[in-house]
Amino acid sequence: MIEFTFWDILRNLLLAARWTVLLSLAAFVGGAVVGMIVLFFRIAKNKWARRFASGYIALFQGTPLLMQLFLMFFGLPMLGLRIEPWTAAVLGLTFFASAYLAEIWRGGVDALPRGQWDAGASLGLHYLQELRLIILPQAFSITRAPTVGFLVQLIKSTALTSIIGFEELVRTSNAINNATFEPFKVYGLVALIFFVMCFPLTQYARLLEQRAAAR
Amino acid sequence: MTYSLDFGWLAGATGAIARGAATTILLIAVTTLAGTLLSILGAAGRRNGPLLLKRAIGVYVEVIRNTPFLVQLFFIFFGLPSIGVRLDPVLAAMLAMTLNMAAYTIEIVGAGLDAVPPGQTEAALALGLRPRQVFIKIVLPQALKVIYPALTSQIVIMMLESAVVSQIAVRELTYEADMLQARTFRAFETYFIVTMVYLILSIGLRRLLVGGGRRLLGAGVS
Repeated sequence: MIEFTFWDILRNLLLAARWTVLLSLAAFVGGAVVGMIVLFFRIAKNKWARRFASGYIALFQGTPLLMQLFLMFFGLPMLGLRIEPWTAAVLGLTFFASAYLAEIWRGGVDALPRGQWDAGASLGLHYLQELRLIILPQAFSITRAPTVGFLVQLIKSTALTSIIGFEELVRTSNAINNATFEPFKVYGLVALIFFVMCFPLTQYARLLEQRAAAR
Repeated sequence: MTYSLDFGWLAGATGAIARGAATTILLIAVTTLAGTLLSILGAAGRRNGPLLLKRAIGVYVEVIRNTPFLVQLFFIFFGLPSIGVRLDPVLAAMLAMTLNMAAYTIEIVGAGLDAVPPGQTEAALALGLRPRQVFIKIVLPQALKVIYPALTSQIVIMMLESAVVSQIAVRELTYEADMLQARTFRAFETYFIVTMVYLILSIGLRRLLVGGGRRLLGAGVS
């Protein structure tokens, strides 16, 4: 049997943590892009577009992420796509993130006074210009704290992709645990690594919140 | 390659799905009660306890909120036996869910306690109530009324997160889905049905909590 020292365990975990970081970033960027599209539908003038977006958001917020990942993993091959755990993980987390981000930003858009739209219209801006120049910049700026807060939630959610076989921090820790039989140490370290990633962001979100409250 | 959906297995699987759903409901019911109680104690301790307790609660909240639930679950189920604490899967799941939920709801309950005007406490003390009576009869009901919607959301989120406890072989809804798809080889259909069951459960749970809150805490709860 191979002997694992403390440093072997830590090094392997840190190497695996790269994938956790990469997956979080990919899902956040993907989620922001898709979330923007959902946001457009959610605040559209067309009633059916709004209903569709509401349903989309309710669906992703009303079902477990684990089920969404399973449906990605087993569903996409039926459409003829060859699918790796990485693809399923990125796509699953992207859709999950898009629903939450769209809802957060929708809150920002709704919080703006009606006069902002009216002022934009009276300047002769059309709908898309109003959104781009007046509404969205303000909506993003007042929802910065919950957006960062959601990023923390997303990082934690990447742990679930270990279950569909994506080789990130938790899956690697399961393998190490099976080899070393030191679950207390291994899972303790995993928790510590996640904490080191998430805690600064949590503090940053708190700072943004306080700043917004002071304004 | 063409793939045709097949739901023929469903007739023989309703029992398993219902049993799994019942376990999920049991888990979230226990977690809701224990988690709410723990968060009331935690929030009160964080405001009025000795300094050491305040610090300990603060650390607990930050540690739980900044680590994934799955890792907490593995730590409790696989890690604790090596220091002599051995729990069976259902107990480990309930403990992990309660500890996880309480970390979020301590902050929620705390915000509710802060929202009750200090005049309420002063008035109650002036009427001769003891401090514990003041907390239980005057401050807490008002605080719960304020935070009830946030508490409801947190309970629903916890119910959805409970899907993860299938990983330590608790026979709840997701575990039954895993077993079904292994038997029927109809993975997509199985998870699709079970996802819909979760959706119904989360909508139902929210309705139940909102309705119950309206009756228990008075109107004004949306």
